[in-house]
Amino acid sequence: MTPADTPALILGARSGIARGIAVALAKRGHPIMLAARNAQRLEADVSDISIRHSVEVSAHDFDVLDVAGHQSFLESLPMKPGIVVCAIGVLGDQEADAGDSAATKLIVESNFLAPCLFLERVATQMSASGRGGHIVGIGSVAGDRGRAKNYVYGSAKAGFAAYLSGLRQKYAASALHVMTVKPGFVRTAMTEGMDLPGPLTTDAEPFAERVVAAMEKGKLVYYDMRWRALMGVITHLPERIFMKTKF
Amino acid sequence: MIKTQTLSGWGRWPQRKCATAPLDPAGFDALPVAAGKGMIARGFGRSYGDIAMNPDLTLLGTARNRILSFDEDTGTLVAEAGLSLTEILDVFVPRGWFPAVTPGTKFVSLAGLIAVDAHGKNHHKVGSFGDHVLWFDLYCADGQIRRCSPEENTALFHATIGGNGLTGHILTVCTKLLSIPSGWVRQTTHVAENLADAIEIFETHNDVTYSVAWIDCLAKGAHRGRSLVFLGEHAAPEELAAAQRDLPFDIPLRKKQRMPMDAPSWALNTYTIRAFNRLYHKKNSQNLAPQLVDYDRYFYPLDAILEWNRLYGRGGFAQYQCALPLAESEAGLTKLLTAISDAGLGSFLAVLKRFGPGAPQRPLSFPMEGYTLALDFQLSPRALTLMTALDEITTDHGGRLYMAKDSRMSQPMLEAGYAEGLPAFRDLRAQSGARGLFQSMQSQRLNL
Repeated sequence: MTPADTPALILGARSGIARGIAVALAKRGHPIMLAARNAQRLEADVSDISIRHSVEVSAHDFDVLDVAGHQSFLESLPMKPGIVVCAIGVLGDQEADAGDSAATKLIVESNFLAPCLFLERVATQMSASGRGGHIVGIGSVAGDRGRAKNYVYGSAKAGFAAYLSGLRQKYAASALHVMTVKPGFVRTAMTEGMDLPGPLTTDAEPFAERVVAAMEKGKLVYYDMRWRALMGVITHLPERIFMKTKF
Repeated sequence: MIKTQTLSGWGRWPQRKCATAPLDPAGFDALPVAAGKGMIARGFGRSYGDIAMNPDLTLLGTARNRILSFDEDTGTLVAEAGLSLTEILDVFVPRGWFPAVTPGTKFVSLAGLIAVDAHGKNHHKVGSFGDHVLWFDLYCADGQIRRCSPEENTALFHATIGGNGLTGHILTVCTKLLSIPSGWVRQTTHVAENLADAIEIFETHNDVTYSVAWIDCLAKGAHRGRSLVFLGEHAAPEELAAAQRDLPFDIPLRKKQRMPMDAPSWALNTYTIRAFNRLYHKKNSQNLAPQLVDYDRYFYPLDAILEWNRLYGRGGFAQYQCALPLAESEAGLTKLLTAISDAGLGSFLAVLKRFGPGAPQRPLSFPMEGYTLALDFQLSPRALTLMTALDEITTDHGGRLYMAKDSRMSQPMLEAGYAEGLPAFRDLRAQSGARGLFQSMQSQRLNL
């Protein structure tokens, strides 16, 4: 059980999934620290979550790409987080990004490199404290198999998932719990305007509620059942067949 | 990000394919607003007709629902205008606060409450929702966002309350909630054998906070206007059963049910409605002792049946709601009820209510001192003919129709009902540039 007064740090707090998770945690009484670039744009979320759920909520400027600033950011927080949720993600534009060195580098750094470096630091701090904690990384089903539609983003997310898996094993014997989340389609600003298949799409709030429930139970990977089934098929297709499909 | 979807009001008629986009203040400059076609903001779509839809561009506002501040001492709430009453009730009833004015559904946004200047069962005591708005921020035709209040941008403030979203997009709202002693209402029922009786009950109990009557619109002769007048007061904790006294704001959770399909069009007819009305009147006449009812069942009985509008079948329905001035109320209502029962058309959801003074400073606000009658008609050529006949009676008696319920009134009907406010409203729209930019199917139909 995670005590209700355990502070939670939400990275990439402007995303729909992050906001949903912040709300689900606030409902349980956790103080919330929201972090994103331009923290002043989080003000409405701060007041909304704190008034609705009567918990302390604060907003903090954080740019994951500023790797040199990671440590000072962690030290600047008003509370030591016992739950860290990383919902940083940049989808990019596959057509434009493929073959563009700067754009590909940005996608890989934002989705993979910089978040991993930050979470490594958090893991070290949490395990050193002896109290352990939860690290929740939001990956993507796009990382399960490279697809023509989004393999720049997908390969970065694949790297992120592998990193989390390693981190989980490294701290398996400690009180530190690392959970990977693989959302399929969730209705948020990121998917706004996309034509999403109804049965495979969920709203951010119920999705976030299930993620937090899974975290509390100590689940290792949170994967929606329908997506697990679908991606199970897709990942097992022989390469020769997969390359001819239109998934 | 434009997405085309079929929209309609709660009456499910008319339905149109509309281009929609999220209502996002950061993206207003980039909106593809066609010259002369305009756009309209939409909340939960609980108005009945075509007031909140525009095929060329309808902006969906319910995602903007964040609470920005709340003063625990005064009950002053500031929130993004897409916040719903459902959420306000969930968050604030447990802390002892309640919306100062609530319509018969809680699936409504703050912006929607302002746009139609919604009224509730306490109109005769506290006025309409607009009377409890301290200020709002309005996105205007010139691209500016203006703070409107009784002191600032006054004309715009008054025109926007009841202005059907036609003066601009309401973005942020400051409203004052009402302090309540518990989540329960003490309800008493009075039986009225005819219209004169019903009016007398309303007039005698003018000091009671909440009052509304269910009226049997098909009863004839000596029973014409037969009603059940429901009176209500917020209950003090001492009145509650011992088990509830310590947690006066805890109310039982209601199971929601969903209307599973469209009812066949023949299911509602004179005979089934007459039979229902007789039974309903009889059943409720037998239990006149005061009852304690939780706020959810008292104020929102129909919200527990999701998609109850399917009861009226696939063809949809129209609600007819008119207000008549006090001096003309009894004569006008008698004629309206006669026309309805003669036609044999009507519904079991017919409501009569005493209005307090209206708000003449708001050009298009609906309530006026007198009585309001609201009832649903399953759509049919006969129903449309009847409603036109009702229009004539309403106009003859100096009354008007509620635009939030309307899907079919004619322009002359609007001009007659809102003769005093319309010139000022149209002037303000023309001068501010709103006329070209903010339009709904209804505003185009009625040349607003």
